Amino acid sequence: MIPELVDWVSDPANWQGTDGVPARVLQHAGYVALALLIAAAIAVPLGLFVGHTRRGAVVLVGSGNAIRALPTLGLVTFLFLLFTDSFVAALIGLVVLGVPPILAGTYAGIQAVDHDVVDAAEGMGMRGGQRLWRIEVPIALPLILGGVRNAVLQLVATAAVAAYVGLGGLGRYLFDGLANFDYGEVTAGAILTALLAVILDLVIAAVQRALVPKGVRIATAGRRAAGPAATEEVVA
Amino acid sequence: MTFLDELSRFLGSENVRAQILANLLDHCYLALLPLVFGAVLAIAAGWLGRGRRRVRGVLFVLSNLLYTIPSLALFMVIPGIIGTKFTSSANVVVGLTVYTTALLVRPVLDALDAVPPHVVASATALGYRPARRFFAVELPLAVPVLAAGVRVASVSNISLVSVGALIGTGGLGVLFTDGFQRVYFAPIVVGIVLTLLLALVVDLLLVALRRSLTPWDRAAPGKAEVSAA
Repeated sequence: MIPELVDWVSDPANWQGTDGVPARVLQHAGYVALALLIAAAIAVPLGLFVGHTRRGAVVLVGSGNAIRALPTLGLVTFLFLLFTDSFVAALIGLVVLGVPPILAGTYAGIQAVDHDVVDAAEGMGMRGGQRLWRIEVPIALPLILGGVRNAVLQLVATAAVAAYVGLGGLGRYLFDGLANFDYGEVTAGAILTALLAVILDLVIAAVQRALVPKGVRIATAGRRAAGPAATEEVVA
Repeated sequence: MTFLDELSRFLGSENVRAQILANLLDHCYLALLPLVFGAVLAIAAGWLGRGRRRVRGVLFVLSNLLYTIPSLALFMVIPGIIGTKFTSSANVVVGLTVYTTALLVRPVLDALDAVPPHVVASATALGYRPARRFFAVELPLAVPVLAAGVRVASVSNISLVSVGALIGTGGLGVLFTDGFQRVYFAPIVVGIVLTLLLALVVDLLLVALRRSLTPWDRAAPGKAEVSAA
């Protein structure tokens, strides 16, 4: 495996043109970014609404869990037969799988805001909208971005699977390599996909650090040490 | 031809039904074996990392990193590391074991560290040696948190086994590649429905298992354990 991998990686032809590594990495990241934008545009407002008004929470949690059990390959092949276009099918599949983590993060983040803080804001004369944007959203931001982070991992993985129905990106190396018995290409593609996921995860972690207000960061530092499960007890 | 006709024709064949049953059974063992392996490994990691900050830190970073790797990529990197064939179902079992372990390490360590010191002290005073104390006192108290993690892992494993069909292993994912190649909706829909049902049934079984493992939760309803901690 290792010599084949070295052969593939050291061949300059694999680093140029539309099939080259830079082009494929950008393509893969592009699918992820596009699907993430659409998924966030759907999930964040919905999560804010449900978290703020506490309406429809049961439906939301239930459907989120059901989608988590949905097999990505089944979804992607189903959508492909429906739309017979790999880009449209893959994009819809990516959005469907990207929405639940962001929705769950946004909802959990807004819900985890201390009632006393919201009461205090109301006491100071803040209206609903002001409370939402100036109090609830900043405090919920770590969990919202945590949801975005989970969504990105899901999207990188699903975009690779979607190469099976003809999508471009790094998944091409995996399937083309398997079809041609070029295991150097398969292994290189797998490593590149894993690297892309790790790097995007680090980028979002950095964004998370930069965007979350300092006061919230200090306040949550103690909670995070106790793990994500602790957030429920903090609310209570 | 409507979809229902297509579906009844597909399921009407005895061969097809036998094949689907075989796929379902493959799917069960490919998803559940890693669940058991992963839980055992995570408990072992908990034993090693409990109370040791350095080891904990290393385990957290490692499990976060491993959990980041996309499934298809992981299934295809594993042959290069452990020397299996690309199309071996061992790749799926090892890959899902990695995910399950990575998912469970953190909750197990958190749960073990959350065992009240006075409980550990009482067990020690009663003459429990460390190994017996771990398995008879600390681990059972960590069961609720462990069970919550195992439920998440089981849903994710059951959904991810399908990806294995792309490297040629069995399971319900075969129905997806089959339907795709023959441009045929019926196998894909049957595969999706069976995967969702399997996830639901296993989840209910895990809830029942957790109840039977933590009889004290029923004796004292209202999370007395949590508020005491």
